Amino acid sequence: MNAPQHSDALAGGFTDAPVQSARAFREILEAMARPGTIRRVSGATSPAPLSVAASVALLVLTDPTTRLHLAGRADCPAVRDWVSFHTGAPFVRAEDADFALGTWEALHPVDRFRIGQPDYPDRSATLIVECDRLVNHGPALTGPGIETATWLNLPETAAFRANRALFPLGFDTIFTAGDRMAGLPRSTRVEAS
Amino acid sequence: MTDASLIARKTWMATLAKAPPARLAVLLPDIPPHTVLRQPEIGAVMVRGRVGATGAAFNLGEMTVTRASVRLETGEVGHAWVRGRDRGHALRAAVVDALMQTTRADHLRTQLLNPLQDEALSTRTARVGKALATKVDFFTMVRGEDK
Repeated sequence: MNAPQHSDALAGGFTDAPVQSARAFREILEAMARPGTIRRVSGATSPAPLSVAASVALLVLTDPTTRLHLAGRADCPAVRDWVSFHTGAPFVRAEDADFALGTWEALHPVDRFRIGQPDYPDRSATLIVECDRLVNHGPALTGPGIETATWLNLPETAAFRANRALFPLGFDTIFTAGDRMAGLPRSTRVEAS
Repeated sequence: MTDASLIARKTWMATLAKAPPARLAVLLPDIPPHTVLRQPEIGAVMVRGRVGATGAAFNLGEMTVTRASVRLETGEVGHAWVRGRDRGHALRAAVVDALMQTTRADHLRTQLLNPLQDEALSTRTARVGKALATKVDFFTMVRGEDK
C-alpha cells in the first residue's frame, strides 16, 4: 500500500474547499488579468519548502488531468505525497508538464517547457516560480491588462522577452513568495534591463 | 502493513462503505473527536466488473460515492469512500476506520462491524432466496433430435 510516508502530507488542504478555492481562483485570475499586481492568498499549507501561495496555486489549478513537474528542492517526497493526496496530479518531466513548480534557477532552462502549437496555443505550460520576495520595483511591464506601466522584481528579463516574441505561443508565469503572488502572462512586454 | 492486516482493513472498509447510513448513525450516534483532513466530497466512480464470460473488465456504470479523511487526536488516519451522497456516513466510516487501528478495535468489531456484517448477510440471503424461488429449469431445451 502506497501510504504517504509523511504525516503532514495529509494536512494543510482547504478546510472549506468550495469558498476558499473560489476565492483563491479569483485571486489567480486577477493576478493573470492584471500582470504585475501582487495579490494575497491563503488557506493552504504544504510541507517545506513550498510557500503558501504556491500551495494554494497547486490546490486550485491542478487535478488528475494536469501534469505537474516539480523542479529542484520542490521535488521532495513530502511535497509529492502532499500533492498526490490533495490534487492527484501526475508527476512528469519538464517537457510534458502543464504546470511546473520551483525556483527560477531550478526551472532553468525554461525553453524546454511547452509553448503550445499554432492551432492550440493553450497547450502550453504554466510556471509557478517561487521567489524570496515580491515587490513592485524592477523592470517595467506593459501590455494587455496594464493601463500605463507597472514594475515587478523579475529574476531576469531575457527569458521573458524571448517568451513574448513567441506570442501567441509561449508559457505563462505565476510568481509566488510567502502568501503573495503575481502573474506574468505571455502577452506582457518586459523592458530590457 | 502486512497482507493479512491489509485484507482485514479492506474488509471493514467495505462493510462500512456498503452499510445503510441510517443504521450506522444508530450504532455510532456520537462521532469521537477528530480533525478533518479531507472534508466529505461527493463524486462518481466507474464500477467495473467481469460481466462477460471472457474475463475482461466491463464498465458497468457510474456510481455516486462520497469520500472523506480524518485524523484522530492520537494520530491515526482514517479514510472512507462510501456509497451514496451522505456526508455524515463518509465521516463516520472514516472515523471508524481510524478507530479500528487503535486499541478500541475489538470493542468496535463486536458492537458495530459484526452487526452490520450480519445484517448485510441476511439482506443478501433474503434477496437471493427470493430470486431463487423464481428459477425455472428449462429441461425441454434438450429435444432429443440427435437420437
